[in-house]
Amino acid sequence: MNRSKVLAKLVLESTQADVNLTVREHRGLQSVKLSRMLYRQPQVLTPARKDVLVVTPWLAPIIWEGTFNTDILNEQFSLRNATIGLTVFSIKTYMIFLKQFLQSAEMYFMVGHRVIYYIFTDKPEYVPYLNIQKGRQIIILEVESYYDHWQDISMQRMEMISNFCQERFHQEVDYLVCSDVDMRFSDHVGVEILSSLFGTLHPGYYGLNRTDFPYERRPQSQAHIPKDEGDFYYIGALFGGSVPEVYKLTKACHEAIMVDQANHIEAIWHDESHLNKYLLYHKPSKVLSPEYLWQQQQMDHMHDQEMIFSKIIRRKKLKVLKKNYQLKNW
Amino acid sequence: MAGMRRAPAGKTKCCSLHTVTFLLVTLFLVLSGTGFRILGNSMLGSRQAGVGKRGELDGLQAVEPSRMVYGQPKVLTPCRNDVLVLTPWLAPVVWEGTFNTDVLNEQFRLWNATIGLTVFAIRKYMVFLELFLQTAEKYFMVGHRVTYYVFTDRPADVPHVPLREGRRVEVLKVPGALSWQEVSMHRMQMISNFSQQRFLHEVDYLVCMDVDMKFCDHVGVEILSPRFGTLHPGFYGAAREAFTYERRPQSQAYIPRDEGDFYYAGGFFGGSVVEVLQLTTACHQAMVVDQANGLEAVWHDESHLNRYLLDHKPTKVLSPEYLWDRQKLGWPPVMKKLRFVAVPKGHLDIRGS
Repeated sequence: MNRSKVLAKLVLESTQADVNLTVREHRGLQSVKLSRMLYRQPQVLTPARKDVLVVTPWLAPIIWEGTFNTDILNEQFSLRNATIGLTVFSIKTYMIFLKQFLQSAEMYFMVGHRVIYYIFTDKPEYVPYLNIQKGRQIIILEVESYYDHWQDISMQRMEMISNFCQERFHQEVDYLVCSDVDMRFSDHVGVEILSSLFGTLHPGYYGLNRTDFPYERRPQSQAHIPKDEGDFYYIGALFGGSVPEVYKLTKACHEAIMVDQANHIEAIWHDESHLNKYLLYHKPSKVLSPEYLWQQQQMDHMHDQEMIFSKIIRRKKLKVLKKNYQLKNW
Repeated sequence: MAGMRRAPAGKTKCCSLHTVTFLLVTLFLVLSGTGFRILGNSMLGSRQAGVGKRGELDGLQAVEPSRMVYGQPKVLTPCRNDVLVLTPWLAPVVWEGTFNTDVLNEQFRLWNATIGLTVFAIRKYMVFLELFLQTAEKYFMVGHRVTYYVFTDRPADVPHVPLREGRRVEVLKVPGALSWQEVSMHRMQMISNFSQQRFLHEVDYLVCMDVDMKFCDHVGVEILSPRFGTLHPGFYGAAREAFTYERRPQSQAYIPRDEGDFYYAGGFFGGSVVEVLQLTTACHQAMVVDQANGLEAVWHDESHLNRYLLDHKPTKVLSPEYLWDRQKLGWPPVMKKLRFVAVPKGHLDIRGS
């Protein structure tokens, strides 16, 4: 093992809270110097948020409004010329969500940075035409979905993302953000989310005890998590990281799904269950607060706590669109 | 595969499926020439993302993180409500209560990280070395591999201190200097030189510390990240205008009154070897320029460190728990632990030689 090569890799792989480093920039190990910026002084004796946890026990930041300075982060990422890939699956009837997803992404997602939208679809001809801002592009990846049930399609995503990580993503982008399509952006989602591996707190469970998390509880499943384990309940609809880390995650989840299939068991929340298992044992280097993925339907069931929730959730950035669940049973 | 571990309860791993898949992926990647990077990173379930993924490139070991039981992190309960625990650029500020040592130790153990600690024991400062090393043995990176790099002009006087397993002392002979300021300034140059010559090949992280100190409490892997600085204990509550930055525009270390995040202490900084090499090289070069212009920054290498960390923001910031002076500052309630403290000078004989 060539230690200096290994150590160069150590530096250049994104690490906890290290927003500076991306995988592709191996050439030139110089630290990029920020230009003069004016902003209020951070106050050591004044927490940014007093109502929520903003750092995990393994020192990964939890991204809440008020914890970060967008200008500083944008400057750090611009200097690195990072490119962000956004994967979305627009399969069968889910195509109807794509236009609003992309239009809202143009307004709110990584504005000012280089973005590639990877649209996985079985109907490339139906992908809507959109005016895309400079520095951003749409790449359509035609895939065959041999499944009929939405749960299977959901799980198939893991396989497809991992395949394309190898085939092209590692050469085209530095980071991958993997999102559900039945959503729209309603507020800034920027480089503050980027790190080597991130998950998002499910809006329905962030206030609960781990024993109430809907982890897969059957020991026969690869996604099994016992009642005394678990940090958070992550939502399957938004995760990401550097290409190598997303590759590892999706590959591991895909294989776990295959093992389950061979054992005639399906995890209770499908790919989301496997994602949770993976992130328990491979802790993310950033965690996105529920601001990043909001489901009003879910919140409607929690009347007592709505007041608390609305104070805590200052901004709702990605909203799940109300849909007729009949859609899922075509 | 070597080092594969099984978690006890309720979790089985399909080793052979992973092995076969891995070999096929490896073959594909090698044949398609996509390179070492992806190959190294195709380790299945092998690493916790976060600090350092060097281990993946170690070869075919797929070490599984094991099951751990600990209190659940509570999203609606901040760990500290009295201090800032995250900088505006999302670097953790490391205070007691913010981290779980067991979880972090597990992450770093899996990577088999080696930590280098540089300390300068030049001329009369040799008198501090024994206590420094003895207390480091008790509190510094216990359970991990450590190399103490002792820079000294008098190698024969380096005390023998019994060391735990996996730890060693390397004595590096350097010329003596006239004043503590000179020593302070030369540190940057020496660390930079030795980083290139040796440290890159021997350790993963470098921690650069003052010697006239002792450890009184845990200083562990929670501090490690590509680039870290420590909040100076005298200024953590001060407004930036009061920071003792270099204020003369002619100096390379100059910081205007309307800029500055924190005032970092020169006595405790570090990071990955590559990052420390860049930092110390840049600071040394800045000092050379100042010298050529007939200038010396007001707080010497500390001034240059502050300029550097303003332009290249640290990926972790250590709270003043990590560098304290009990005599001068007492023990305020915001400090839950005092980990690394100044040795009262009166207690040791430091007659000039």
